Amino acid sequence: MDTLTLLAHGFTVALSPYNLMWCVLGCTLGTMIGVLPGLGPALTIALLLPITFQVPAEASFILFAGIYYGAMYGGSTTSILLNTPGESATVVTALEGNRMARSGRAGAALAVSAIGSFVAGTIGTLGVAFLAPFVVQVALKVDAAAYFSLMVLCFVMVSAVLGSSATRGLTSLALGLLIGMVGIDLQTGQPRFTIGQTALLDGVDVLIIAVGLFAVGETLYMAARRYAGRDEVLPLSGSLYMTRAEWKRSWKPWLRGTAIGFPIGAMPAGGAEIPTFLSYAVERKLSAHKEEFGTVGAIEGVAGPEAANNASAAGVMVPLLTLGLPTSATAAILLSAFQSYGLNPGPLLMQTEPDLVWGLIASLLIANVVLVILNLPLIGLWVKMLKIPAPLLYAGILVFATVGTYGISRSPLDLVLLYGMGVIGLLMRRFDFPTAPVIIGAILGPIAESQFRRAMTISNGDWTVFFTHAVSLTFLIVALVAFCAPKIASIIRHRRTRGPAHVSGDS
Amino acid sequence: MATQGVQTGAGGRSVAVPETVLGVGVALAAAGAAWQASQIPVSPLYSKIGPTLFPYIGASLLFILGLLLIWQGIRGGWQPQDEKDVPMDWRALGAVCAGLAANVALIGPLGFTLASAVMFTLIAWGFGSRRPWFDAPIGFVLALTAYFGFAGALGVNIGMGPFERMLSAVIGL
Repeated sequence: MDTLTLLAHGFTVALSPYNLMWCVLGCTLGTMIGVLPGLGPALTIALLLPITFQVPAEASFILFAGIYYGAMYGGSTTSILLNTPGESATVVTALEGNRMARSGRAGAALAVSAIGSFVAGTIGTLGVAFLAPFVVQVALKVDAAAYFSLMVLCFVMVSAVLGSSATRGLTSLALGLLIGMVGIDLQTGQPRFTIGQTALLDGVDVLIIAVGLFAVGETLYMAARRYAGRDEVLPLSGSLYMTRAEWKRSWKPWLRGTAIGFPIGAMPAGGAEIPTFLSYAVERKLSAHKEEFGTVGAIEGVAGPEAANNASAAGVMVPLLTLGLPTSATAAILLSAFQSYGLNPGPLLMQTEPDLVWGLIASLLIANVVLVILNLPLIGLWVKMLKIPAPLLYAGILVFATVGTYGISRSPLDLVLLYGMGVIGLLMRRFDFPTAPVIIGAILGPIAESQFRRAMTISNGDWTVFFTHAVSLTFLIVALVAFCAPKIASIIRHRRTRGPAHVSGDS
Repeated sequence: MATQGVQTGAGGRSVAVPETVLGVGVALAAAGAAWQASQIPVSPLYSKIGPTLFPYIGASLLFILGLLLIWQGIRGGWQPQDEKDVPMDWRALGAVCAGLAANVALIGPLGFTLASAVMFTLIAWGFGSRRPWFDAPIGFVLALTAYFGFAGALGVNIGMGPFERMLSAVIGL
């Protein structure tokens, strides 16, 4: 009951004309950048971080929330019509969605993914509203040592467990951690990794890391492989109105996708890829139309993964708001937005800033409604955006990347850093390194370090504190098990298949 | 690229040169980070957990990972096949990088808008556009919109060059 009262209060915050305007603006912007290949919510929110100096916290988080959800909706349009999934989470949508579009059912594919996103987003957001207060109750009992161990668990999960290679994931994470250490050490006041540059004393701005890795990196990557595959934009074929049979085939996958996506997203491990692939596998197994999978495109294969994707995106808000743990690049950028308001997401946030937290949750629900309206009737408009010629699109992306970066400091050194991050981003794309752990490491790393030092100060320098406290030890054991289990499993598998026939570098 | 590799005994798979080089790069970067960490002045007051502990942990982790990457590179690498199949388009990449370099060099003297227009044109060229006289005005207008959009909406002060100063004076911003 308490949650409902708070949520109702959240709606009074989110439905004020001023905040509603930010919500609609965020949804529009989010859909736009989601549709454009090569742009995502993380870098867009990073570019808009300076807005936090201008408007109240509620307004900017409502804007960011709209962008976050909007990019999910827009991203599915691109995967269906263009078959170049912008982010790994929509890879699965492209599998069946693009086939549906090829066989003249683009309208139905777009509708099933938009409505599925709405269903999953709404249930998922309600899940956040009802689950978060419980997690907070538990989180309040977590001390500094356990908190540090929880962050270690989070690091291990996002970099080493959920990804194609633990080595590459951890390399990304280590890079992010080191970048996060650049600047003045807050506890001792000593400069670290500043190579004598006073401009680096404040550290490397999150904006530079995110925009450099994603926007500049993507542009360089696309330039480097320009002749690889020029994708055609499929026409908007078929009716947007789903038939009775299509509804009947879709509603169960939506709910199943939500049931798979939300819990996985809500764990302090995150990742939207696993739930989408899992949901795809489930739908493929349960479908009565197995012959459509991989041929003409099965509607269940779009409905389930899309729902799973959106539900896990909603779930990511649980660890972010209750524990201050970001499990995706976008969540990490949101965490730094909280920091720029002097707020620390964590168990206390819901008590100290109820307007902000509940206004944000309510606005996520409103955003879902706005996004269905924006994405179904106005779909023709978004499809037009797919036809922007690549030279103008990528050149334009870099103009905006530059304006955002140069604007905060007016230092050409920042531009050099930005483009340097871009080169790193290019190499990471080319050699299949995940980028999210860099962002998470750079933003969460300093917090983890300060928790570590706090724990050590409390324990009087006794480092066994991380192993003697039950909660802390549990987190570390879970991290160790999660890290080792896939390796042990693969060793056993190799033993069974007699000898390493094909050890692909990253087993 | 893997075809340039040398045969090794391990499973008859060749050394993947790009991945091995990348691993060496990572290990060197880690060594550089460790050296930088050793340069951090430590006050004796903070003898317990000073500012250097985490930098050393990060650098050691990266170094070990660099060695693992080298090992994996020697054992045949990991680059996805579809990446290997696409050769690097060095000319396109060169044009884009030239655009970025031009922007860094020109943004001070010329201001944001003109520098961005130059960058825009070069990047569009890199992406295969062959009509710079058409791209340049688009880049200019876009940069101007971005300039006043950001300056106005976000209250961010972006580099003013002669052109922005003139325009600001005219429209009284």
